Amino acid sequence: MLRLPRFTYHRPTSAAEAVKIAADHGPASQYVAGGTDLYPNMKRRVQTPTEVIALSGCADLVGVSGSAAEGITVGAMTTLTSLEKDPALQAAHPALVHAASVISTPLLRNMGTIGGNLLLDTRCNYYDQSHEWRESISFCMKCSGDTCWVAPSSPRCWAVQSSDTVPLLCAVGAEVSLIGPEGERRIPVADLYQDDGIAFTTKKPGELLTHLHLPAVDGTWRASYRKLRRRDTFDFPVLGIGAWLRFDGDVCTAAEIRIGGAGSYAIPATKTAELLIGEKLVAGDAAAEERITAAAQEAFKPTRAMDNTDHFASWRKKMAPVFVARALRDCLG
Amino acid sequence: MTAPKVLGGFVVNGERHQTAFQPHRTLLEVLREDLDLTGTKHGCELGECGACTVLVDGTPVLSCLVLALEAQGKDVTTIEGLADGPDLHPLQDFFAELGASQCGYCSAGFMLAAKKLLEDNPDPTRDEIRRALSGNICRCTGYIKIFEAVELAARRLRGEDATPSREALHGQ
Amino acid sequence: MGSDGTSGADRPEGKHMHAVDPATLQVIGKPWRKVDARSRVTGQTRFADDLKLPRMLFCKLLRSTVAHARIVSVDTSAAEALPGVHAVLRGEELPNTFGILPVSQDEHTLCYDKVRFIGDPVVAIAAVDEDTAWDACRLVKVEYEKLDVVTDVFEAAKQEDNRIHDYGRGGNLHRQEHLEFGDMDAGFAESDLVREDVFFFEGNTHLPMEEHSTLAFRDPDGKVTVMSSTQTPHYLHKALSKVLVDHVPAHKIRVIACPNGGGFGGKSDPFNHEIAAAALSIKTGRPVKITLTREEVFQTHRGRHPVLMKSRIGVTKTGRIKALDFETHLDGGAYGSYGTASTFYTGALQTVTYPVENYHFRGARWFTNKAPCGPKRGHGTPQPRFGLEVQLDKIAVELGINPAVLRRQNLVDAHSLTANWMRIGSMGLGTCIDKVVEGSGFLERWGKQPYGKGIGIACSSYLSGAGLPIYWNAMPHSGVQLKLDRSGLVTVFCGSTDIGQGSNSILAYIVAEVFGLEPQDLRIVTSDTDLTPVDLGSYSSRVTVMTGNAALQAAERAREMIVGPVADKLEVPKGRLTFAGGRVFDCEDPERGMSFAEAVQIAEAKLGTLGTTGSYRPPRAAARFKGGGVGPSPSYSYTAAIVEVDVDPETGIYKVPKIWVAHDIGRALNPALVVGQVEGSVYMGLGEAMMEEMSYRGNRFGVHKIPSMLEYKTPTSMEMPEVVTWIVEDPDPNGPFGAKEAGQGPLLPIMPAVANAVYDAVGVRVDEVPVTPEKVFDAMQKKARGQEGRYGPNELPSIEWPEPRRVRTPWQGGTGVEVEREATEARS
Ligand SMILES: Cc1cc2nc3c(=O)[nH]c(=O)nc-3n(C[C@H](O)[C@H](O)[C@H](O)COP(=O)(O)OP(=O)(O)OC[C@H]3O[C@@H](n4cnc5c(N)ncnc54)[C@H](O)[C@@H]3O)c2cc1C
Ligand code: SF4
Ligand code: FES
Ligand code: FES
Repeated sequence: MLRLPRFTYHRPTSAAEAVKIAADHGPASQYVAGGTDLYPNMKRRVQTPTEVIALSGCADLVGVSGSAAEGITVGAMTTLTSLEKDPALQAAHPALVHAASVISTPLLRNMGTIGGNLLLDTRCNYYDQSHEWRESISFCMKCSGDTCWVAPSSPRCWAVQSSDTVPLLCAVGAEVSLIGPEGERRIPVADLYQDDGIAFTTKKPGELLTHLHLPAVDGTWRASYRKLRRRDTFDFPVLGIGAWLRFDGDVCTAAEIRIGGAGSYAIPATKTAELLIGEKLVAGDAAAEERITAAAQEAFKPTRAMDNTDHFASWRKKMAPVFVARALRDCLG
Repeated sequence: MTAPKVLGGFVVNGERHQTAFQPHRTLLEVLREDLDLTGTKHGCELGECGACTVLVDGTPVLSCLVLALEAQGKDVTTIEGLADGPDLHPLQDFFAELGASQCGYCSAGFMLAAKKLLEDNPDPTRDEIRRALSGNICRCTGYIKIFEAVELAARRLRGEDATPSREALHGQ
Repeated sequence: MGSDGTSGADRPEGKHMHAVDPATLQVIGKPWRKVDARSRVTGQTRFADDLKLPRMLFCKLLRSTVAHARIVSVDTSAAEALPGVHAVLRGEELPNTFGILPVSQDEHTLCYDKVRFIGDPVVAIAAVDEDTAWDACRLVKVEYEKLDVVTDVFEAAKQEDNRIHDYGRGGNLHRQEHLEFGDMDAGFAESDLVREDVFFFEGNTHLPMEEHSTLAFRDPDGKVTVMSSTQTPHYLHKALSKVLVDHVPAHKIRVIACPNGGGFGGKSDPFNHEIAAAALSIKTGRPVKITLTREEVFQTHRGRHPVLMKSRIGVTKTGRIKALDFETHLDGGAYGSYGTASTFYTGALQTVTYPVENYHFRGARWFTNKAPCGPKRGHGTPQPRFGLEVQLDKIAVELGINPAVLRRQNLVDAHSLTANWMRIGSMGLGTCIDKVVEGSGFLERWGKQPYGKGIGIACSSYLSGAGLPIYWNAMPHSGVQLKLDRSGLVTVFCGSTDIGQGSNSILAYIVAEVFGLEPQDLRIVTSDTDLTPVDLGSYSSRVTVMTGNAALQAAERAREMIVGPVADKLEVPKGRLTFAGGRVFDCEDPERGMSFAEAVQIAEAKLGTLGTTGSYRPPRAAARFKGGGVGPSPSYSYTAAIVEVDVDPETGIYKVPKIWVAHDIGRALNPALVVGQVEGSVYMGLGEAMMEEMSYRGNRFGVHKIPSMLEYKTPTSMEMPEVVTWIVEDPDPNGPFGAKEAGQGPLLPIMPAVANAVYDAVGVRVDEVPVTPEKVFDAMQKKARGQEGRYGPNELPSIEWPEPRRVRTPWQGGTGVEVEREATEARS
């Protein structure tokens, strides 16, 4: 049986208390929400906090509040199942509900939280392996080693952004609140990440993610999430497209497309977005179809599929334009 | 480093249990190794197979990724608690009847996940059953007998006639 | 009469056929629950890891982290000093080798000279708990002198001097077989169409849900008991006896096979961890348990061999196979395992579905630095079956014949001999094809659906048990003992192992049928080498036929013992006594009778304690040439399958909405169990077809790419298609009540049927398993560029072959031996 390493367990009852415990213990500590990412990583010995701070007792981190028109706020400890089943979210943010519903499995979604999903560790099939396995490659840069086996001449780690909600939340312009020893802050989700497989978040040490803030729903924008994976359950995205289009009538006035599962952060498909802004985009219209297909082609270049996930990297890269086009079509009225 | 043991109390299958264990032990380990409830199985210990599914306060979760400490004070249901004394739960009855349990190693996980499904949705479609059971892997049956068993159990729980089809037991 | 309307009456009668009047069967043929169903659904079945004994220690193996190296030194001192560690076992302590086949005794319990793949065990540690044992493993220092790593057959051929083993055919060639039946030149000359194709079938693994586990303990009197998740307790017993010979004699070793949480062939070798646990229990005097992690299960493997193959085929205009020239290269991994048999199996069964007039087979198995391959469901036959069935599909297209028709019009005859001397018994493939073709509308749909929609067919056959045991001996393959108690209880003792397939139930059904009892009334005691007579194990689909025949013989003998005294007592002629409904009575006057228990008491009073034995040995094979030991079987099952696919032309991603499958089982002893085996096989075949692969990184030290349940992809509830199943009953004279196998055969046609359906959908060939979306996409892109729309290999390693063993075919007047021996035999 694969077992957890030994640790001391803390169970604060509020976010403030949790932050204090984390501050007391420094880098040896780590928060745990649903544990569906942290515990497997601990069993594989890629993360080995000796102080585990469980957030399950923090009632102030759970629940969905606010209104669609003003903006809905979701507590970090809200499970993916509750998010998926929440009637307000279903009505106001179907793309997010869809993205959550294609994460992992129903059992894992009963445990996993939105906060944990936002802070999901980057993945790589040289890294998501047992201690013994990694010993046979003399470890890698992300944990205990110095080479990146995906690109041995590269000075950086290319572990993959693998959360399903992140590309979408970046695209729609959602925000998060964090509290830490230095106080509270609220930032765009997109700013929570940076392009590095190891230091993939900008979250400061000891900072706790408390809430996710969704943008107001005013009928001017539509969003979509499209996921590529081998099986219709369990699997992480090997490509996850978040798309968001704002319209004035039939004309697209703003666009944001993020490519997940194909780089260390949700990569913006800037060129694609540029090509759509100012265009008339109507579902079923041949010209619009063509414009979307052409714009989606531009998603090929920024997609950085490497040989560290499921499926051939070359195919994943070729699939980016296809999936981007599909996500964009979903957004047409 | 050896963290001291802690005393944990939970209600498992309606019985109160108290046992001491180290904080890093999972619910799976404590159920099997300390409480001798070995009906809960394991096939990966990483959340990737569903064999370790138990109900915590009625919700199916993977006991390999839940600390025993997190289950403190909660109501845990394992396969040992599914039958009502000598009477099999309809799920068990139809798993047995149809051969939805070949080696049986995955069965506890499937039945506990299905139990929750049938509580939430007494008349699920085949597609809803597929989805609800999509966190559980079975390598023997090919899932079809499992779907059929859940459908029959649902019928019986709804008080309807639940007789397996001829094709299910004999082929075409 | 089979349900398909074919009659068994004009067939040669086997010795048990007379006992069967289908009309009067009370137990056989009915969908009983399995005898252990209740225990399986209530969580009471005790798998090996569920066992716990007082003072039990936990064992962990330290495994090699390098793929190929000489061991320079192993320092275990720090591990030994760790509090909580009770014993450390090193390789030198157990110098005797073992292995499943007598010809490849090439494994050490723990390596001490060399390691051959990542995962080869080096040290075993027993400690108070698993955490401590794991920590202790981290304290062991092993110094390796690294050798070059060989990860495929081409490298194996190239790195001739970098030998993984110092036995075999030289270099890294483990086995090389060369057989020729008939006149190949004449066969090709008579052909209207000749094709040559190269195929690759990637390796895959069993992935049983239960991770292997073993508990070993020593009794106070020095006997050692090993309880393990094994499919082959008898062979494990042999291996333990050999390795532990200096510590405990064979008759003091007891192996109990626990119920297996899935096996599929993956628990049929004796394993290092089993022997290590036994040795540590001797060393510590305490019970020792070891349970593998999922990653270790991948390393233990013994799964499907990757096979690179070339098939040259010559056919007439109607698709009759005039000549078949088949060459296979098996990537065997680091050890022999069943590999010798696997090699032969890649050549044995090409001939048992469609007549092959002249047949030439070359098979080579190579050692590589990967987890050892062995037998997985279909053992060695799915790979060539894939090649053959895809090639026939191509031929059908070229000849302009519907592929179902091509197959249907070229079937082997029942009760005939093949070119390579396989003796066919009952043969229901024609009916199978008719069922699936009709059910799916294949004739109307094939080649006629819109782009992206496809339908494909393939057929197959599999053996119902191997004709020869794994080590040569003249003893039975299966034995059953019956004990009849005054209470009316019948206890059936048999060495077979229930791995979920229901073999315990089969014993119960057969014995219950003979005695007119209900299956649940019996007690079934199995898989305990101290208590039960030998059965060779749950492999090669042998259990139903072999233990069934043994059980039938034992039961008929016991019935014979009871009949006499009861007839005397009732004053009824023996022939009028009937056993039914728990009673023994005069069939002409049912009132005149007694309970079964009373009948037993009367017989016991007359004859003393009642017990019988039954045993089974397969009939002598027709193939008597060297190498002809692999392939012969008491009978062959047949399957036809049709698969429907929906391919997304933009991505290559395809879905399988529906599968139609018909399986000729001979007779279904329990139709529900047969349907279960068919559906399970279809599922596993679909996994192999679509996604399963044991992939390694040859350029990264030979690590296994994805040793986890998550990344080794298998179909889930979301991928499983609708399956329409027909059971075709064409009773076979060698089977108990006419039964043949069902556990493996139905897997075989799925992979080629998927590839053929993809071709029908989008016009490209993926000559490789698994048929992944990226391969389909790649082939479609090539086609769009005007190249051949194909994804697959083009060449095989080029090697020298020894002279073939030449055997004349039955229709050439051969006698089943090599041509040279024919001459000597004729002289003497
Ligand atoms: C088999 C399997 C399949 C999966 N498939 C998918 C998939 O398809 N898509 C997908 O997106 N994910 C997948 N996951 C990953 C995971 O289950 C989800 O991402 C889940 O949402 C993680 O949430 P959690 O609460 O369990 O996180 P945890 O494991 O508790 O935490 C994850 C990380 O976030 C940190 N953290 C958690 N909460 C906070 C907080 N409030 N403040 C600060 N830090 C915090 C933790 O310290 C940890 O580093 C899969 C996991 C498994 C085991
Ligand atoms: S991308 Fe490179 S450094 Fe990063 S986890 Fe993978 S192998 Fe390690
Ligand atoms: S053991 Fe928990 S999911 Fe596999
Ligand atoms: S019945 Fe064996 S794994 Fe499901």
